[in-house]
Amino acid sequence: MNRHLISAGDLTKDDALLILDTAEELARVSERSIKKLPTLRGRTVVNLFFEDSTRTRISFEAAAKRLSADVINFSAKGSSVSKGESLKDTALTLEAMGADAVVIRHGASGAPHRLANWVRGSVVNAGDGTHEHPTQALLDAFSMRRRLGSLEGRKVTIVGDVLHSRVARSNVLLLDTLGADVTLVAPPTLLPVSVGSWPCEVSYDLDAVLPKSDVVMMLRVQKERMNAAYFPSEREYSRRYGLDRDRFAKMPEDAIVMHPGPMNRGMEIAAEVADSARSTIVEQVANGVTIRMAVLYLLLGGESA
Amino acid sequence: MIIKNVRILGGEPVDIRVADGEIAEIGQGLEGPETVDGGGAIALPGLVDLHTHLREPGREDAETVQTGTQSAARGGYTAVHAMANTSPVADTAGVVEQVWRLGREFAHCDVHPVGAVTVGLEGKQLAELGAMADSAARVRVFSDDGKCVDDAVLMRRALEYVKAFDGVIAQHAQEPRLTSGAQMNEGVISGRLGLTGWPAVAEEAIIARDCLLAAHVGSRLHICHVSTAGSVEIIRWAKSKGWNVTCEVTPHHLLLTDDLVEESPVGAYNPIYKVNPPLRTRADVEALRAALADGTIDIVATDHAPHPVEDKETEWSAAAMGMVGLETALSVVQEAMVETGLLDWAGVAERMSVVPARIGRLGGQGQPLEVGAPANITLYDPSARTEVDPSAFASKSRNTPYEGMTLPGRVVATFLRGRATVLEGKLV
Repeated sequence: MNRHLISAGDLTKDDALLILDTAEELARVSERSIKKLPTLRGRTVVNLFFEDSTRTRISFEAAAKRLSADVINFSAKGSSVSKGESLKDTALTLEAMGADAVVIRHGASGAPHRLANWVRGSVVNAGDGTHEHPTQALLDAFSMRRRLGSLEGRKVTIVGDVLHSRVARSNVLLLDTLGADVTLVAPPTLLPVSVGSWPCEVSYDLDAVLPKSDVVMMLRVQKERMNAAYFPSEREYSRRYGLDRDRFAKMPEDAIVMHPGPMNRGMEIAAEVADSARSTIVEQVANGVTIRMAVLYLLLGGESA
Repeated sequence: MIIKNVRILGGEPVDIRVADGEIAEIGQGLEGPETVDGGGAIALPGLVDLHTHLREPGREDAETVQTGTQSAARGGYTAVHAMANTSPVADTAGVVEQVWRLGREFAHCDVHPVGAVTVGLEGKQLAELGAMADSAARVRVFSDDGKCVDDAVLMRRALEYVKAFDGVIAQHAQEPRLTSGAQMNEGVISGRLGLTGWPAVAEEAIIARDCLLAAHVGSRLHICHVSTAGSVEIIRWAKSKGWNVTCEVTPHHLLLTDDLVEESPVGAYNPIYKVNPPLRTRADVEALRAALADGTIDIVATDHAPHPVEDKETEWSAAAMGMVGLETALSVVQEAMVETGLLDWAGVAERMSVVPARIGRLGGQGQPLEVGAPANITLYDPSARTEVDPSAFASKSRNTPYEGMTLPGRVVATFLRGRATVLEGKLV
């Protein structure tokens, strides 16, 4: 495996399966009453969050702590960053503090790539702009595998704002690596013009795709997209691309529903669909901790502490 | 002074006698008290850049008139046009005269200020174009470069107005609404990298509109830094109609492509490749080269855009746009156009000296190397191979995309009206 986890595309099939299998092992630890492993004792993991994301930050923090790593949370708000410190200077500071891994969430696509030039430790991308969110894709794959078994040949449909979605980019790359067949469904305005070069199918017709789907993953739609004329109204979006009860009924009986959260209930997903037994939305959160444990373990555990 | 053993436009070796700033004699075996050995270098008319950012006044941390013109001389230039997007903006006779005077004072090359088209580059009200034209700086090229004159009425008026003093509007063609927040060429790479796209149509739509406007009012139009195959097609069509349209291409758009943003020796998302207009695709590069060869694109202009290190050592979206280019332009043109057989040295002289001087209405520049012409001469050794080392630049800034690349050719000497500004590759 690479020293960093920045793009889901950096993972070979063997890498990805190793992470998923390791997570499976670690999941058993989470079921014990004492959840802590000594593996990363004495190692330092920095959570460097330039965007507010309590969910992702807590997930990484819990993962690092369960592996006994020391965790430093560095949020941009109220820190030297908000006083204009550059990413490079922040990186050099973390480097001087001896960070073994830096988990970075940043609003600019590519910020983790830049960070990797300036620190010696491993860089883990916890979401960069509209680029990627590889641990989200890993936890999604993990959640699918636990429900459905192997992903080889499975039909995964991803619905929503693909253009601005780091979750979609990472999922397309990882699911392709794992042998699944991905179909993206969105209004044409919310797909990149170059989507034809991606390793997936594209459809504008959700109703046609649903009956053939093993997994339907709904993406969050940001309300501000409406003002930029990506679609005429929330109601029209919801009518054409929302997963409501009627559409849910068109899915095969064993197909599952996923959402990376946070959800707009009633917009891209109906409440009763989100809360159904075939929704993995709550499991995804629990699986997030497990998969991040596996990532930190594999990136840092290989070296002697 | 005798410049011995040079090959004019790559021809047979001759000697050139220079007296009183002019070429006095061209022949074999000329003798005199003071000689410079050309060593068989190619002699070109001194290069003329229609598009240089000297940054003074306002951003003297990035470049000054002094360091920018030193950089120009090192690149073989004897004249540069200094773009108007300084602080304050060069939108009055006072500012253009200040820049012009600084150029005269340091005298590494001639400095011809470009005047802003609109007050403060804000695209709302015409700047006092006539006052700048009548000033000591004798401005003939007007541009809001960095910003597009996107208001069609304002563009029409500007095109019409400058006819009175034979001026030209140099348009930075970028439809602003289509490029809001744009970070790189919109295509396969931007889609993968999650960077907001700068679509080719945003350039092409403005070029098409402005060609039609220029034709309608019978004015001269120049298009800055053409970057797409589609732009080339539109300009080819406009020229076929006999309309008075010229355009430029930068050296970097002749050599580099957008995939460098994803994969390069300096890592992904390295803002050293961030420039406006953005690097495009291989197909665009091929179209631009062909168009420069067949004359659809008239000239090469550097868009030399110095930035301090801290404005590039950032995440991509926070970084400044632009690349320095004066000291590598001729080498890049050799690599892209001469080594590929698309241009000979006469063609290079035409596109980097003669025609840019004509577009800028510079009488004393871009003249053929003949007896009686001003002795603006660039000596160039095309057989040299040099690894680009930004720390050796005369420019104050180091933001070159060619660091570590080996490029052909080397400027040996530059003469400005008979006086050497560069000898043996070093500033005099």
